[in-house]
Amino acid sequence: MNKKSKNAIFYAIIVSLSALALISLILIVGFILIKGLPGITTEFLSQSPSKMGKEGGILPIIIGTLYVTLVALVIATPIGVAAAIYFNEYSKDTRSVRMIRFFTEVLAGIPSIIFGLFGFAFFVVFMGLGWSVLSGGLTLTIMILPTLIRATEESLKTVPMSYREGSLSLGATKWQTIVKVILPCCKSGVLTGLILGMGRAIGETAAVMLTIGGSMRMAESLLDPTRTMALHLYMLASEGISEEKTYATAALLIIIVLIINTIANEISRRMIKLS
Amino acid sequence: MKAYEKAIEKLILISAIVTTVSVALITVFIFKTGMPILLQYGVLDFITGTDWSPTSEIFGIMPLIIGTLAVTLGALIIGVPTGIACAVYLSEIASKKTAGPFKAAIELLAGIPSVVYGFFGLIVLVPAIRNYILPIFQKFNPDLNTSGFSILAGAVILAIMILPTIVSLSENAITAVPQEFREASLALGANKRETIMKVIVPAAKSGIFSSVILAMGRAIGETMAVLLITGNVAQMPGSILDPVATLTGTIAMEMSYAGPTHQQALFAIGIVLFIIIMLLNILAQAVMKKMGGVN
Repeated sequence: MNKKSKNAIFYAIIVSLSALALISLILIVGFILIKGLPGITTEFLSQSPSKMGKEGGILPIIIGTLYVTLVALVIATPIGVAAAIYFNEYSKDTRSVRMIRFFTEVLAGIPSIIFGLFGFAFFVVFMGLGWSVLSGGLTLTIMILPTLIRATEESLKTVPMSYREGSLSLGATKWQTIVKVILPCCKSGVLTGLILGMGRAIGETAAVMLTIGGSMRMAESLLDPTRTMALHLYMLASEGISEEKTYATAALLIIIVLIINTIANEISRRMIKLS
Repeated sequence: MKAYEKAIEKLILISAIVTTVSVALITVFIFKTGMPILLQYGVLDFITGTDWSPTSEIFGIMPLIIGTLAVTLGALIIGVPTGIACAVYLSEIASKKTAGPFKAAIELLAGIPSVVYGFFGLIVLVPAIRNYILPIFQKFNPDLNTSGFSILAGAVILAIMILPTIVSLSENAITAVPQEFREASLALGANKRETIMKVIVPAAKSGIFSSVILAMGRAIGETMAVLLITGNVAQMPGSILDPVATLTGTIAMEMSYAGPTHQQALFAIGIVLFIIIMLLNILAQAVMKKMGGVN
């Protein structure tokens, strides 16, 4: 085989495999949106499900998803941002710091079903929180921490050293420098982390399945069981309850993911422009 | 003022330790719950036993391990070449104008919830395997039959799911190869294909390798997609069209109705899964560290 045809084959393989990846994305997103969008009506968004989700809408499930995600974000954000500040502003490269970093990486790699088992054994049983919004939210908190820490740390790194030096030389303390100079510079990085964490929390199923109970009724307190959209989708799909509602739920999830991705991209694009 | 600063520093340190404490807690609670049955049943019998019949308290997880391995291996066979090709395309071939949207598309793949992949597999891939792939296989082996719930279905969906991991990490590794390498290779008369195949990819191989390990971890740990499409039959598969149960899928499905002993056994599966993932993580970190040392 001569060089020219070898080149042609090489490029053909690379381009067609890349196209394959793109096509599978378009296929999945397109198929679900086309089949599901007609099912997303005002009734679907504003009514409670009846007959195990066969009829009616998914309002309590949307609310349940919001509750669980909110609990996770409210607890994880301060911890995650503080941890990132520690890594980037306070820590020295000692053995113990390397160990903490290593365990943060480890946490990011733990499969969600393990989080589910842990959440069940720890929050549901050991802490006595039962299957509830709180148990699910706390489990998700731990799951999204690594995402938050990483995103915040990335943006902390982009703040020029001279900002810190300038602030410190004006007599500000280290903490004042962090709060008044450094954090305002990386608002958008923190926000990106938050949004990505939110995406993870909304899409998560396995961990939630073992910790929030799966009730379709409207949750009235943090200790009530509930159901998230992802879990609802699983229940509908695995039991073959209603094709129309299943497609609609899946489409709604995809739309949320699309919105989240667009916002995250937009923020990081602006960030690059600024720096 | 000084005391205030000190207190803040302590608070921040505590936040940084939360992840470490979480890992410790997770380890303790998974092991505490699963260990008794593991010891009572015998670790070796548990792992090598080929019969998983929890209702009669027979807990052999070999079929589940085989199931997980089969699906993961299939996913890697499809996903790794595709992922590396995408990474090469992104970093070496595509123009800036096409690279941007392409990258965004790959990131979008990472954002789609796994249960949506599972649903897509259930509604599209499983019937497709039953109706279109099976006849092809039957030309070679007429006795073959399948419901569509199979290793193949799981492998294809997982391959798509691990793409973002492979693409983004491999692309980072390829981009990190110094520009001089390319220039030197081209100056020696190599063309672009030769430069990519013989200089750039070899130079980035440890990064690519660690992306494959991490992708493998993702495939092994993935639950919802696999649960919906592999059939969840705890038996030794005879072909890639046979259904299998995976470690993760079995935990997720059986936790809802498991009795106390059965539940412990599911936690014991969690221990096995946990150890596998830890080993893969440590391996990936070691490879990355080595890579850091070379550059």
